[in-house]
Amino acid sequence: MATDVKQYLRPGVSLPFCPGCGDRILLRLILKAIDELEMNIDDMLFVSGIGCAGWIPSPQFNADTLHTLHGRAIAFATGAKMFNPKLNVMVISGDGDLADIGGNHLIHAARRNIDLTVICANNMNYGMTGGQVCSTTPLGAVTHTTRGGNPYRPVDLCKLVNAAGAVYTARYLVTQGSELVSSIKKALETEGFCFIEAISPCPTQFGRQNRLDTPRETFKFVERMCITKEDAEGLSPAELQGKIVTGEFSNGGS
Amino acid sequence: MAWKKIKSVLPAGSYYFSGAEAIAEGAIAAGCDYYAGYPITPTTETLERISVRFKEVGAVFMQMEDEIASICSCIGASWAGAKAMTVTSGPGFSLMQEGIGYAVMTETPIVVVNAQRVGPSTGQISVSSGDIMQARWGSHGGIPTIALSPWSVQELYDQTINAFNLAEKYRVPVLIMAEAATAHLREIMNMPEEVSLFDRQKKPGAAPFGTEEDDGVPPMPSFGEGEKLLVTGSTHDAYGVRKTADAETQGNLTARLYNKIMNRKEEIVEYEGYYLEDADIAVVCYGFTARSSQFAVDRLREEGIKVGMLRLKTLWPFADKIVKDVGARVRKIFVPEMNMGQIVGEVMKYAAAEVIPYNQMNGQVIYPNTIIEELRRLS
Repeated sequence: MATDVKQYLRPGVSLPFCPGCGDRILLRLILKAIDELEMNIDDMLFVSGIGCAGWIPSPQFNADTLHTLHGRAIAFATGAKMFNPKLNVMVISGDGDLADIGGNHLIHAARRNIDLTVICANNMNYGMTGGQVCSTTPLGAVTHTTRGGNPYRPVDLCKLVNAAGAVYTARYLVTQGSELVSSIKKALETEGFCFIEAISPCPTQFGRQNRLDTPRETFKFVERMCITKEDAEGLSPAELQGKIVTGEFSNGGS
Repeated sequence: MAWKKIKSVLPAGSYYFSGAEAIAEGAIAAGCDYYAGYPITPTTETLERISVRFKEVGAVFMQMEDEIASICSCIGASWAGAKAMTVTSGPGFSLMQEGIGYAVMTETPIVVVNAQRVGPSTGQISVSSGDIMQARWGSHGGIPTIALSPWSVQELYDQTINAFNLAEKYRVPVLIMAEAATAHLREIMNMPEEVSLFDRQKKPGAAPFGTEEDDGVPPMPSFGEGEKLLVTGSTHDAYGVRKTADAETQGNLTARLYNKIMNRKEEIVEYEGYYLEDADIAVVCYGFTARSSQFAVDRLREEGIKVGMLRLKTLWPFADKIVKDVGARVRKIFVPEMNMGQIVGEVMKYAAAEVIPYNQMNGQVIYPNTIIEELRRLS
C-alpha cells in the first residue's frame, strides 16, 4: 500500500534536492518506515549536520528538528537524548558530515551505545560545495579535488561503526527500498546505537565529473559496485576491491 | 514569575573550597542539570567533582570525546530543556568557539567556564588572562556574548549562579573567564541560605526566534513539547525557517542578537569601585590581578597616595559608561593585565585620561609589589 508521506512534511516546504538525487528517495523511505511503525512524529527529534543530507529532515519534517554545526550532529543528539531519554532521536546526515569531519563523534557515540538511530546518506563526495573528494569516494573516482582520480581507498563505515560497538549496522542502496525501509524500522525499534548507511547517488556532482551524464547512468554505476553480503561471502579481498557490500552486519549484538 | 528564590542545595555557612569546587557547587545551586566536559588542567577538579555530585543530585554528567563534543552536547541538552554547562581552559576554549557562535545564533542558554592558562597553544598550565578578546571576538560573526570575571572563590560560586540567570534571561551563552590562579585557589566562602534563579520563559506557540521589538528576547520552547521546532545555525526567520539568501532576514536577525545584549548593558554590567571618589590615579583591573591591585591601593593609600581601583566584574559587554566616567575624573589610568594588552584597548577607547598598560604574560600572577612600584612611578 502506498504511503502518503506528505502528512509528515512541514506545510509549505518544497524539497530542495537536485533532479535524480538519492536523498529525495531516502527522505521518502525514512518517512515510510516511521509511518509503517505508526510512530508519533511529535515524540521524535531529527538532528542533522551541514550538507545536502542535512536538509532531509530540516525543515522538511514536521517535527522537532535540530540543524547543527558541520560534523557535530551526533554530539548535539547525544546531549538531547541523554537529558531527555523519552525523545526518540534520529540523526540524518551525509558521509562528509558524519564520517569525515564528524568521524570522532560517530565512533564514540557507537562506543557509548547511545540510543540513537543514525542514517548516513553516502553520496560519495561533498555535494553541497560542488563535488570534492571525501572519505567514501571510490578509489580512482574524479572529483574537483582529485582531477586525476582519487588516490585513496574509501572507508567501510559499517565496519568502522561495528568495531566501535554499534548494536545494529546495515548498508543498502536507496533503490533497495523495501530492504532499507525494513532496516530503518529495525533500527528504530532496537535500543542502542544503530547505524544505517544509505548509498545515495549524486548525479549532479559525482555523476557529472565521472562522465555519467544522466541520473540513470549514475545510479547504474553505483548499482554495479554493489554486491549483497551473501554474494560477497567467500570472495577474496582482491575480488572485493571496489565493491560495496550491502546487507545487515550486526543485529542486537548477535 | 521569572524569578524565584530557592533554598541553597548545601547548608548555609562557611566552606573551605577551591575555585574549581566552587564552580561545581555554584552550578548545582543554579539548577544545572546537564554537564559535559573533557579533562583539562586547571579545571579537571570541577569535572571530577561534578561526576560525583551530579549522581547525588540526579543530574546528567557526560565526559565527552573532546571539547567540541562537550559544548555541542550542552546545546543539544539545553534545547531538550536542560540548564547546561561545560568547563574548560584555553585550548578547549579555542575548540569551543564554533559552538559558542552556534549558541549565539540559535539563542541557546549555556554556561561556559574558561579557567585561563597561559598560551598561545598548549603553553603552560599556569595562570593568564589571555583569552579576554577571544571571549568577545573568538567566534566568527562578532555578535556579543556575556563574559564575567570572578576574582575569588566566593565569586566563582556567585558568578556561576549569575551566569545561569543571565543565560536564561537573555538566551545567550555566558562565559565565565576564570583564571588558573582562582580555579586552584582555596579559601573560605560563604554559602547563603537562598539563591535567586531566573526560570526559562515559555509561551506555547510563540515565535522562538523573533519578537515584536527589534531587541527582544523571545521565549524558549524545548524539544518534545509538540512545537515542531526548527533550530538552525543558518540564517532563519522568527520561526526558525532557513532563509540563507535573504538579506533582510540576516540583517534583522543579527541586529536583534546584537541589540538584545548591547541595549541592556546597564542591567547586565557589574563593577566595583574602590577609593575612586578622590583618586588621582585609577587602576582598572579584573580577575586575580584585582586582588594584587587592591593590596597595592591599600598600601599606597597608607602613604597618602591617591589611588583607586575599578574592578570589572563583567568584561563583555564592556563597562564603557563607568570607564568614561572614571577617565574624566582621574589624571591617569593604570591597566595591569596577565596578557600582552587586551582590556587596555577598551579602556583607551572610552577614557579621556592617560592610559598606561602593564603587561605580564609569564605564567605568574602580577605581584602586589610590582603594581605598587609601577603606581609609585606614576604618582
